[in-house]
Amino acid sequence: MLELKNITFDVNDEDGAKEIIKDVSLTIPDNKMIVVTGPNGGGKSTLARIIAGIEKPTSGRIYFNGEDITDMSITDRAKSGIGFAFQQPVKFKGIRVVDLIRLAKGSELSVADACTYLSEVGLCAREYIDREVNSSLSGGELKRIEIATILAKASKLSIFDEPEAGIDLWSFQNLIQVFESMRDNIHDSSIMIISHQERILNIADEIVVIRNGVLAAQGPKDEILPTLLHTESAVDGYCFKQQGKAARAAAAAN
Amino acid sequence: MSELKVDEIQKRLLAEVADLHEIPVGAFNIRSNGGSIGRVSTANIEITSKEDVSGIDVRIKPGTKRESVHIPVVMTVSGLTEIVYNDFYIGEDSDVTIVAGCGIDNCGPKDSEHDGIHRFFVGKGARVKYVEKHYGSGDGKGKRILNPGTEVYMEEDSYMEMDMVQIKGVDDTNRTSVAELAKGAKLVVRERLMTHGEQNAVSIYNVTLNGEGSSADVVSRSVARDDSYQKFDAKIIGNAPCSGHTECDSIIMDNGRILAVPGLEANNVDAELFHEAAIGKIAGDQLIKLMTLGLTEAEAEEQIVNGFLK
Repeated sequence: MLELKNITFDVNDEDGAKEIIKDVSLTIPDNKMIVVTGPNGGGKSTLARIIAGIEKPTSGRIYFNGEDITDMSITDRAKSGIGFAFQQPVKFKGIRVVDLIRLAKGSELSVADACTYLSEVGLCAREYIDREVNSSLSGGELKRIEIATILAKASKLSIFDEPEAGIDLWSFQNLIQVFESMRDNIHDSSIMIISHQERILNIADEIVVIRNGVLAAQGPKDEILPTLLHTESAVDGYCFKQQGKAARAAAAAN
Repeated sequence: MSELKVDEIQKRLLAEVADLHEIPVGAFNIRSNGGSIGRVSTANIEITSKEDVSGIDVRIKPGTKRESVHIPVVMTVSGLTEIVYNDFYIGEDSDVTIVAGCGIDNCGPKDSEHDGIHRFFVGKGARVKYVEKHYGSGDGKGKRILNPGTEVYMEEDSYMEMDMVQIKGVDDTNRTSVAELAKGAKLVVRERLMTHGEQNAVSIYNVTLNGEGSSADVVSRSVARDDSYQKFDAKIIGNAPCSGHTECDSIIMDNGRILAVPGLEANNVDAELFHEAAIGKIAGDQLIKLMTLGLTEAEAEEQIVNGFLK
């Protein structure tokens, strides 16, 4: 269980100090999939990065399974069971997909075992396992590999920062199944996804709305989702499907 | 190594520079502290000593396929300086691997230096893979110095791949490689270099594409750490319809310094030449990504550098 208590985060820019996160208190319970949504620029990604330790809060405390992790490094938080999938997956020169999955797993892993994680995210393992994690891979491929590293890490809390960002809708349709499967197999762990996609919101146990740096709403999906439909916090599913169809038609025409 | 008289340090150096853990299969010449300590020629590959200067001639018969030549050099005596001239005559349509390399262990107060001057005459249609590794060890005050000179003359439709590696322990290197390519010949160079401490490494390439359809791809990946300095100076000259590419991709750490001087000269309107050069520190997001997988910053750095130089 993760608890955020009175988290604030300020940045200093040309216009002086600006509050990005304002006194947010939030609990992510075990065995739950929580989807955090809200308008762009509202502070969702910042909150995720604060939990992973990439950013330090200006004030407030973070507790993970009862332990105060506010001052812990990124590495120690990772070791204590927090996984973080980047919105923009990082590229490397010379580091192969299999290397990254082994590092995520934290132990020697046979190629066959590493391949199972790739299959889970819908990649043909044999084609990808020896490829370098570099710009020769498409945005969708990088995203799937990023998610495969999080599956391999098997964290108590896995955070996904906008898994839909930077990939085409067709690829995203397939990724939804990955999250559905994660939701079905959740066990002594929890998942936090930052997303605007209605289909992701739809598989959440709970929805959290962050707007203008403030916790605007939190509650069960059935309660919160109807209030969000047709706003930018929940991209319209019909529109999404139509775009997906158009993308498939274009792909077929080519 | 049972038949060769080599001590433990020499064994270690041979393993580092030529992956040799036992007597190599095929032709070889092992040079240690200024003299040959083992040599084998085969039916297709003849190794003979030069008479006027120190060094060997390696003659590979036309049509020789899938054979290899190992010519490692090890030095374990402090204060030894040598210049060695090795010439390789690679027969038409042959397909061979040549493994060179030099390891210096210097525990003494004086500098040890090996300057290997290699010339390759690559026959029509021949294919050569050349691997050269440099390695230094020992904690003496004497420097470990390697100044290799390489000349490559490629005939029509020949292919040569050069894998040049220097990862550790060499204090001072000044490497000059010159190549001339005839019609349809192709040269591929992959250089990997890491300098540390106060090391100094200069790498100069001068590739001339004389024949129609010839091509060269010269790529260096390097890491300069501590207070080390590197200079990468790669020039491709296109005198015919040809294609050339040179690339320097470098990571600097600590107080490391790198100077990249890519040079292109097109003397024919159908010459297509490109260069790329990038120098920078390890990207912060690469470190953060690996740290979110549980690696410390130092472990993440090591993984990134190892991958980069792989």
